Amino acid sequence: MSVPVRTDDHLSVSNVAEVNNLKHVYGKTVALDNVTLQIATGKSLGLIGPDGVGKSTLLGLISGARKMQGGAISVFDGSMASAKHRNAVCTRIAYMPQGLGKNLYQELSVRENLDFFGKLYGQSRSERHARIDRLTQATGLADFLNRPAGKLSGGMKQKLGLCCALIHEPDLLILDEPTTGVDPLSRRQFWELIDSIRAERAGMTLLVSTAYMDEAERFDSLVAMDAGRVLASGTPAEIKATTNTDSLEKAFVALLPIDKQGNRKDLMIPPMISTEGEPAIVAEGLTQRFGDFTAVDQVSFKIHAGEIFGFLGSNGCGKTTTMKMLTGLLPPTDGKAWLWGKVVDASDLATRYRVGFMSQGFSLYGELTVQQNLQLHARLFHISAVKTQQRIEELVNRFGLTDYRNKQAASLPLGLRQRLSLAVAVIHEPEMLILDEPTSGVDPVARDQFWEFLIDLSRNQNVTIFISTHFMNEALRCDRISLMHAGRVLVQDDPRRIAESFGGGAHGLEEAFIQSIEKASRETKENSKATESTGASLQPMSASLVNSPRFPGLTRLLAFSYRETMEVMRDPVRLKFAFGGSLLLLLVIAYGLSSDVENLAYAVLDQDQTPASRAYLQEYSSSRYFLQEPELRNKDDLEARLATRQITMAIEIPPSFGRNLKRGGNPEVSVWIDGAETSRAATIEGYVEGAHAKFMERLGRENSSAQIPREQASFQFRYKYNPTFESIYAMGPTIPTMMLLLFPAILMAVSVAREKEIGTITNFYVTPTRRMEFLLGKQLPYIGIGMANFAILTLVVVFLLQVPMKGSLITLTLGALLYVTATTGYGLLVSNLASSQVTAVLLAAILSMMPTMQFSGMFQPVSTLEGAARVMGTMWPAAYYLHISVGTFTKGLSAFALLPDLIKLAMFPPVFWFLCVLLLKKQEK
Amino acid sequence: MRTAAIIFWLGTKELRTLIGSIALMGFLIYSFTFSVYQQSQGVPEDVNRASVAIVDEDQSTLSRNMRSALYPPYFKVPEGITADQIDPLMDASRYLFVVVIPPKFESDVREGRSPEIQVNIDATAVRQAALGAGYIQSILATEISRFANRNDSSSVLPIKLIKRKAFNPNGTNKWNRAVTGLLDQLSMLTIILTGAAILREREHGTLEHLLVMPITSFELAFSKVWANGLVILVFFTLSMLFVVEGAIGVPFAGSRLLLLMGTVVYLFAAAAVGILLATIARSMAQYGLLCLITIIPMMMLSGGMSPLESQPDWLQRITWFLPSRQYMSFAQAIAFRGVGFENVWPEFLAMCGLGQAAFLGSLALFRRSISATG
Repeated sequence: MSVPVRTDDHLSVSNVAEVNNLKHVYGKTVALDNVTLQIATGKSLGLIGPDGVGKSTLLGLISGARKMQGGAISVFDGSMASAKHRNAVCTRIAYMPQGLGKNLYQELSVRENLDFFGKLYGQSRSERHARIDRLTQATGLADFLNRPAGKLSGGMKQKLGLCCALIHEPDLLILDEPTTGVDPLSRRQFWELIDSIRAERAGMTLLVSTAYMDEAERFDSLVAMDAGRVLASGTPAEIKATTNTDSLEKAFVALLPIDKQGNRKDLMIPPMISTEGEPAIVAEGLTQRFGDFTAVDQVSFKIHAGEIFGFLGSNGCGKTTTMKMLTGLLPPTDGKAWLWGKVVDASDLATRYRVGFMSQGFSLYGELTVQQNLQLHARLFHISAVKTQQRIEELVNRFGLTDYRNKQAASLPLGLRQRLSLAVAVIHEPEMLILDEPTSGVDPVARDQFWEFLIDLSRNQNVTIFISTHFMNEALRCDRISLMHAGRVLVQDDPRRIAESFGGGAHGLEEAFIQSIEKASRETKENSKATESTGASLQPMSASLVNSPRFPGLTRLLAFSYRETMEVMRDPVRLKFAFGGSLLLLLVIAYGLSSDVENLAYAVLDQDQTPASRAYLQEYSSSRYFLQEPELRNKDDLEARLATRQITMAIEIPPSFGRNLKRGGNPEVSVWIDGAETSRAATIEGYVEGAHAKFMERLGRENSSAQIPREQASFQFRYKYNPTFESIYAMGPTIPTMMLLLFPAILMAVSVAREKEIGTITNFYVTPTRRMEFLLGKQLPYIGIGMANFAILTLVVVFLLQVPMKGSLITLTLGALLYVTATTGYGLLVSNLASSQVTAVLLAAILSMMPTMQFSGMFQPVSTLEGAARVMGTMWPAAYYLHISVGTFTKGLSAFALLPDLIKLAMFPPVFWFLCVLLLKKQEK
Repeated sequence: MRTAAIIFWLGTKELRTLIGSIALMGFLIYSFTFSVYQQSQGVPEDVNRASVAIVDEDQSTLSRNMRSALYPPYFKVPEGITADQIDPLMDASRYLFVVVIPPKFESDVREGRSPEIQVNIDATAVRQAALGAGYIQSILATEISRFANRNDSSSVLPIKLIKRKAFNPNGTNKWNRAVTGLLDQLSMLTIILTGAAILREREHGTLEHLLVMPITSFELAFSKVWANGLVILVFFTLSMLFVVEGAIGVPFAGSRLLLLMGTVVYLFAAAAVGILLATIARSMAQYGLLCLITIIPMMMLSGGMSPLESQPDWLQRITWFLPSRQYMSFAQAIAFRGVGFENVWPEFLAMCGLGQAAFLGSLALFRRSISATG
């Protein structure tokens, strides 16, 4: 079913984009079902409809960030299915994804974020500078240039996001729900900003999605969507006219199929029963500081039993933090809170039975079904099996979850998940509900149903409800509300009374808030300049400044590197772990892993007890390798003590050993060695043979009668490269091989997987960045970290472990550079395979551990390995670097001698890059 | 009772999640089958196919006999080189050992002049160098003595040394390596999985959700321990029976039940360490690095990779606190020496104690770590 969309009255105007029969599915869920629409040049088009109806998918597809499945999209006269065309037009499109600051780098400052985007579009330094100045002047961000994006308020984050989108003067600006989660004042400012930009750049087309129906009035034309389909389109006036309604909110409900409309009566809220008695929640001067940032500042309120108390304010204003303090999740820095007269105490379990909590976003177990989620929570609250069954039936019916009972929670659309979350929160019939933005992203009909339930709980069961919301019409349903801004409560009263002086209703309430936020902002000077554009022009840049750099690809690559470096520098804990950790491991292993076995416990079973036998045994007791334990009593004792590891070796001397020896009767001496640890056993065997041979030699010297044959030949051992034959000289150059693989690989792997999880990878999708630019750009800083690590480890090996370096430092450094490039390349590869950070860490660590530790020659030369182990050793870069490191340190080999290893090592990075480029997609699936 | 029920139900949830995750199950299967098997097969002997060259300046029957006395599996077939090639070829790591037989060696031996054989050893591979040199000496000495005493049967050595290896008569390397490999996988996966389970809940916000319910940190942590522990115990048991005993063929001397009991205790300790790390780390990146810093020493210093006796005294005192070291000696004692509980109870107790300490430590840090990420 598709509705042809007429977006403009003047049919002569060309279209920026045309969408034909677009289809898109996620697994079994249909996101877009045959959507067709045109977007006229220079106009603004609004997509309206709740979350999960396909708006974001549509915008993602038009912007080229998402990979098309079926249908056709043409933007700027070319198909978006063609990579070549996408690449050509992406500089004319700007896309701001959904979510506050979703495409921003939270650790970076406002200026650094803007600078990064400027670089991606190949702008020169002076040009970027000029643009950043003008954009931040116009948006009022100029005063906060050095503040990290993560510490901006919700509204300011969105303004920054907009600036980042505008830095390359796009012809098509795509904004996905830019004002969700933003306070009323910032929302108004945001739209004023958009209006002024459009006024100055007449040719620019605007494509916006929104869940706020009141915002939709301002667009030239609208497209109403539900369940992946277009319900209606036209100018706002046309839509209202065809549905015969006076507001877009009502018009939208009217457009829905009958079964989805719910009961269209306005909600009636019976008055509160009484405000007598002990208050359910009391907060006094609640304050929360994170470092130098005050999230909540002296918040106080009293909430009565059965009251619905609304909490309003933009994201990041402190609502969630306040709620966490009330639930005991977060101990307040200052101030106190009481629930039913008892101070909130994290260890007080009894209170928790009385509270239901629904946190922001979805926090149930996605892998469990609806039924399993409900059951699990019932069990955790100790509800009897019978009662559980009954309660689940009741809730499933009440919340319309019957059809979804056996579906995995993660597969449900957002509205249903929110209902499930609420069902879970009330399963134990709590006396108090703390709900953190339970309705954001839920469609109007579902929101009304949700509120019906809340009102029933409050009025009929006297449940206290503490709820936060962004919607003014929801705020009006509360008994009292409190508006928070920048950690402080600005107003607290009956919402109707607040709205009264501004004409009543949701608009009055919004106006009231805007005024109080403006007042507060004037006091704190924040946002003060943001109210109006300061007149800075957003006209296109003069040509003199627009000079592209000679190597735009290199600029983009370095932009990624610079940004990554800044991010790493802002999280020094990671670096401390990496440097400190590898250092610690180097020392522990160097001192701990040695095969110089000494002080081996042994005992003797001397059945002869003659001077001859004692002389023989003296060879052992005088050796530094052996440590004598009390003598053995008999064979059983021997076996028992070996089994219990009291001794690792036993010598048995037979009776009449001395006599036999004198007579040339060739007596036998038996030695038992604990063979459980094979290599130790082999070492002991060597020591035993040594001691035995020494005695023979002595015997030969003392008694040169013909019976004792002289040694026929002597052996001279030359221990090359490590004359004192100490493990440390072998381990010192060896261990860094492992450190330089594992640490850079893990850091690298997590870094790309994190971008995927957070969503900043979108910036790679929609900017002209090429794959290699992205990969190398991300890799460079980690190569740098790896080299710094190499420097530290080398210094420690030389000066602390005192392993002299006989060869050339330059060769070693070159080898390390190639090696670290290979190991970070491995990290890159792994992060392209992994979808989450957990998998990335697992892959990077577990898969590399065995080939590095076992098969690269750290303890066992590769040449002595067999089968698959040998193959793995040869195919793994560690073996070659190990050889370079050992060769340089102990053998003093020249670069020429190490050339084969250097060449082989140099072959790894290109292979990894090649695989990465194959795996890395330039679009989201 | 209440606590037991909560721990049970939370744990079943954990089991569902774990078993439902294809990636994690894949890791477990890979680690407990392929990884363990490869680790045991890769290095059949400590000295295996060591590369040898001979500089034969004598070119006599004896020197040729000596050359052919060195053969696989300990050594590769020796290659003949000249004296001036020794240094460059050893530099290039072509040979671990180069034996130099001087001119007139045979006649010197015959005339009892006790000539000198020079053995050049690449001492950067310490273990192979030490053992291999010993082997070379004894093999060549036997060969020379056989030559010298061809017609003289009377001259045998005055004392005969009989060496017996208890618990592993043939000194088969793969037995020990199989058990060490299995134990390493056990430590690594238990720690990573249990800790990641906590981190995952924290990242998805479900941890907060649980902590506002009437559930104590203890119940939460313990449910993770038993659920992850159980899955790994199942894999461990299967791997022990079908990979270590079955495919690799390690004979099992002691009681399997006792080993499993000890494994349960160790799993508790290792899982507790994983939870402790997860409460310290603030992000997945930090957790990954912390795991490395913890797991590598646990694996390398447990006594499986190199003998405990070779650790310096001060280090041995520190490594006593590694649960992996206690478990390694516990497992070796049961698997190879076949001892009973009366001989391994100290390790058993130590594991219990260490596990408990780690567990209590993680509980103490638990709430703090939640609020810190708030």
